[in-house]
Amino acid sequence: MTLPLPSPNADSRPYWDAAQQGRLVVQHCATCGTVQAVPRGCCGNCQSPALEWRDSALRGTVASFSVVHRGPTAAFRDSTPYVLALIDVAGGVRLMLNIIGPGREEVQIGEEVEITFEPRGEAGFQMPQARRITA
Amino acid sequence: MTTRKQHTARITGVADTAMGELPGSTAMGLHAEATTAALKDAGLTAADIDGVLCGYSMTMPHLMLSSVFCEYYRLRPSFNTAIQAGGATACIMLANAVALVESGACRHVLCVTGDNRLTGMTRDGAVAALASVGHPEFEQPYGMSVPAAYALVAQAYLHEYGIGRDELSAISVAARAHAALHPKAYKRDPLSLAEVANSRVIASPLRLLDCCLISDGGAAVIVSAADAARDTRKPVRVLGSGQGHTHEHIMAAPSLTDFGCKTSSAMAFAQAGVTAAEIDVAEIYDSFTITLLTELESIGFFEKGEAGKAALAGDISLGGRLPVNTHGGLMSYGHSGAAGGAFHIVEAAHQLRGEADARQVAGAGLAFVHGDGGILSAHCSLVLGQE
Ligand SMILES: [Zn+2]
Repeated sequence: MTLPLPSPNADSRPYWDAAQQGRLVVQHCATCGTVQAVPRGCCGNCQSPALEWRDSALRGTVASFSVVHRGPTAAFRDSTPYVLALIDVAGGVRLMLNIIGPGREEVQIGEEVEITFEPRGEAGFQMPQARRITA
Repeated sequence: MTTRKQHTARITGVADTAMGELPGSTAMGLHAEATTAALKDAGLTAADIDGVLCGYSMTMPHLMLSSVFCEYYRLRPSFNTAIQAGGATACIMLANAVALVESGACRHVLCVTGDNRLTGMTRDGAVAALASVGHPEFEQPYGMSVPAAYALVAQAYLHEYGIGRDELSAISVAARAHAALHPKAYKRDPLSLAEVANSRVIASPLRLLDCCLISDGGAAVIVSAADAARDTRKPVRVLGSGQGHTHEHIMAAPSLTDFGCKTSSAMAFAQAGVTAAEIDVAEIYDSFTITLLTELESIGFFEKGEAGKAALAGDISLGGRLPVNTHGGLMSYGHSGAAGGAFHIVEAAHQLRGEADARQVAGAGLAFVHGDGGILSAHCSLVLGQE
């Protein structure tokens, strides 16, 4: 079963478009400088509509994680165990991502990870993901 | 914080239905059964009800659930609406009912909830429906379930405070021991720390027995104006209420260890004019072991990192320093959606009236009730007292 794809809307499309090019972008408020993860039409701090997108370095730190053994839908049940994580990315926001790749179940809080892009579905939609940095 | 005058509203009727697996039940039928029982408990009739607040149902999703229920039960209230705030729904309904009777808009407000989410849908269907609290673009496509989101909170908590497995498990064990004393509780078999520790992993570090139940059930609470409460059977006072809202999505939570329950409880205590130390019994939303642990600490009943140790020592059990979830909570009594949070209110009223039978906390004069919705997102606290 195929995993679900996000349905971008006017607020979020630049984020997903950038992901298709292998870039992670973060919304910045030109008025107060706040950065925000979930894209919006206004700043979640000062409500200014003056927002711009900036590239984030493809690095982050694990704020928390869980090895999931019971998925919420049939598609995710087919992929258990998978690692759900909250990652504080270099660009200054916290994202929910999966930790993928070797050793993913051994990840620890506070560990540095790299942001990577994983194709999903027939069209290979690129999903931002996190991967452990191997020495 | 501005000082708010103590509430004057009374809880005049409380009731819940049978709990657990109820084949043949329906969402509306459970609403009706709970309403009839709450009216009887108060000594009121359907004609006395001039305000109706409903929650939500997963087996019967509807844009106008409260209108559907009023038609079903033949109520013609002058105020009628549905409220949806996940697990905080029941407490927020009560807070709204209090505002309605204290403003003079209503005399007797019925808050009614119920869902047959165990027999009326598949377990997979319930798990998938609940996962919709996750962000549709930024959380759900990564496989966030509600247990997995709470697991992120639990992992951060374990990392911060370094507590052991038994300190989480003690929460489930304490709830089960209380449920064993309640004839209506869904799960009453004895439960040991080892059984919790050995139950299968759902989302690490949370195991099956760290998670609440899914059950059929309903509950109703009637809130009345102070003067309108005089001729009811045994009213209970609402002394204070408060809410705290910091986020909806866990990725947007300002902290993974501090939540809106801190604000909501501080508001409720201040309005009631009491402190956490004066509370005799607490009925607190316990969707997962970690939920209760963080809430007990954020609210100020225990120091940070100490609630699990306290649970192991028996502090939250009957006879302990602060008996918590004396009916067995969502972990062992039952969880029927919006009704899950209402069971806590029903139990608090039973305790304050001295009608909690084998579970009675001796001399219970002040009760604290708390509901949380989403992933520790929406919080509502209540302080209740004897008439
Ligand atoms: Zn701003």
